[in-house]
Amino acid sequence: MSNPPDVVTGEIEAPDGRAQSAPPSQPGAAEATVRRTMHDLWITGTEAPTDTGRFTDEGSQEMLLVEDERVLAEQMGTLVVDDYEGRAGESSDETQIINMGPQHPATHGVLRLQIELDGETIRRVKPIIGYLHTGMEKTAEMLTFMQGPTNVTRMDYLSPLHNELAFCLAVERLLGVEIPPRAQAIRVMMTELNRVASHLLWSASTGLDLGALSMMLYGWRDRELVLAFFEKTTGLRMNHNYIRPGGVAADLPDGWEEDVAAINEGVLRGLAEYEALLLDNPIFRQRTIGIGTLTAEECLAFGVTGPMLRAAGIGYDVRKAFPYSGIEQYEFDVPVLHNGDVYDRFLIRFEEIRQSLRIVEQAARTMPPGDYRTEDRKVTPPPRARIDQSMEALIHHFKIFTEGFRVPAGEVYQAVESARGELGVYMVSSGGAKPWRVHVRGPSFAHIQVLPAMLTDSLIADTVAALASADTVLGDVDR
Amino acid sequence: MNDRPEAPATELDSRYAALAAGFPGVVFADSLGDTVCRVPREVLVEFTSAAVEAGFAMFVDLCAVDYLQRDPRFEVVVNLLSLDPVRRLRMLIGVPGDDPTVPSISGVLPGANFYEREAFDLFGIIFSGHPDLTRILLPDEWVGHPLRKDSAIGAVPVQFKEANTAS
Repeated sequence: MSNPPDVVTGEIEAPDGRAQSAPPSQPGAAEATVRRTMHDLWITGTEAPTDTGRFTDEGSQEMLLVEDERVLAEQMGTLVVDDYEGRAGESSDETQIINMGPQHPATHGVLRLQIELDGETIRRVKPIIGYLHTGMEKTAEMLTFMQGPTNVTRMDYLSPLHNELAFCLAVERLLGVEIPPRAQAIRVMMTELNRVASHLLWSASTGLDLGALSMMLYGWRDRELVLAFFEKTTGLRMNHNYIRPGGVAADLPDGWEEDVAAINEGVLRGLAEYEALLLDNPIFRQRTIGIGTLTAEECLAFGVTGPMLRAAGIGYDVRKAFPYSGIEQYEFDVPVLHNGDVYDRFLIRFEEIRQSLRIVEQAARTMPPGDYRTEDRKVTPPPRARIDQSMEALIHHFKIFTEGFRVPAGEVYQAVESARGELGVYMVSSGGAKPWRVHVRGPSFAHIQVLPAMLTDSLIADTVAALASADTVLGDVDR
Repeated sequence: MNDRPEAPATELDSRYAALAAGFPGVVFADSLGDTVCRVPREVLVEFTSAAVEAGFAMFVDLCAVDYLQRDPRFEVVVNLLSLDPVRRLRMLIGVPGDDPTVPSISGVLPGANFYEREAFDLFGIIFSGHPDLTRILLPDEWVGHPLRKDSAIGAVPVQFKEANTAS
């Protein structure tokens, strides 16, 4: 590894053992060293204050003014606060409280579970969230409707296209614009591919949590097929900002039919391998059957949706109940099972991959010709070539990208079926170019909430299996 | 704010009609094709219980909106779902700004627990009767409720090269 040129080095050891003299010190090197010792977060290219003797915290990101020593001790880990305190009488000397997270690898994010144990049996669970909260709903109020998908796509980062779709459908319902058939088919195809990618990642990481390391490798391998296609189409592997109000950002790339066919074939072949690998494996069956069960009544009361709900015997799917983007014209089944345990959630998700690929295959076969975004020039920017010819096109382009388009006042709740469940966007517009309020109903938030019902009175060793089967994405929980 | 006149619901589905009959104070309306109802906060818990009885048994969502200049200032929005037949029910509960208190529905639908904590955390709306109304997303020592419209977004000062720092 070579040293950066502005670091002053002394005698350095050459690989063959001979000592070499230090390279001549360059002008400004000492100053640079001083700069490096300062903790400030300097923007690249800026220089240290001329008065190097003292520095201010101006420009540094002061996260928290810690005046309470207790808070500091808790953050440093020297003090463990029992959130159950004040409930004396319920706890006894027989039980102990352990913390799982927020940095536990099996939580796949920053989730903290406070678990009260009686021997190896879980008596109480308290999920503690918010470690990833970045105020994205507040941010959404500062961005125009056109910029909004950039923000929401970062919430549930494993199914970003579903977030964008829910946001854009809400905007379009307020606007009342018609979306061309090709844009709708592209949206359906891309979101179903996203569901495949998300389920593949889930089976990979959940396999890892259950000790099936090979599943981890195969799942990521096949997800890569989908992500490579996403990169080709949208330019990015995640956080695409591809679905925009009025359509999608770009048409499908040349040769997309072959790519989609290759994904279909590759994932289906892999899926047969996973089922052979996992579903008959006695260790896997013992760790999943009858574990983390939820009844249908619990699912309803706690707002559990998606594969978790369908594994518990209720066949509610937003795609069937409230069809969007013309998804009702494709044939697909909604798998339902009745045990509500981790094993059934595996079966449901494997079957959903098959059904999603069915939709993708139909959408690719019947992809309508036409425009990939609406012709309404108040919503979509004009094509680049038109800007050179038409003054109106230039004005529209300028206005859309500077002040955005105005959306009629109103409130709307629009849901889509994401890989995890019902993903809803509640949007209030006041008639301006920015939303008055955007609330995202993430499925993971409800699934975190139901963890105590899943885990109470089970064994501590089953925590990881039950938690993984809920498929929570912490970006979706904390927003 | 949100002045688009809500069309009065022309003909209510039988599910909604049965629910509307028992509560004269609840106004049903149509908002872009969705059935919404404005529920006075005094009857919220009774109305929610009746809705669950009437088949809207699935809790979907609860959030709050700050309309700032409107009266009442806040609005709590609850989404319920009936599965057979598939219908949505959206309840809008007006909450005055000088007394932001709403009875908690987490006793009827336990799924509302975390959502009410979130609305308390971000908007400062008090859900009376909630078993554990504490902050959920923000740190416990946080001051204020950031999603209120009178809460500034904040910014981090950045020092630029050769900028005149005197001003």
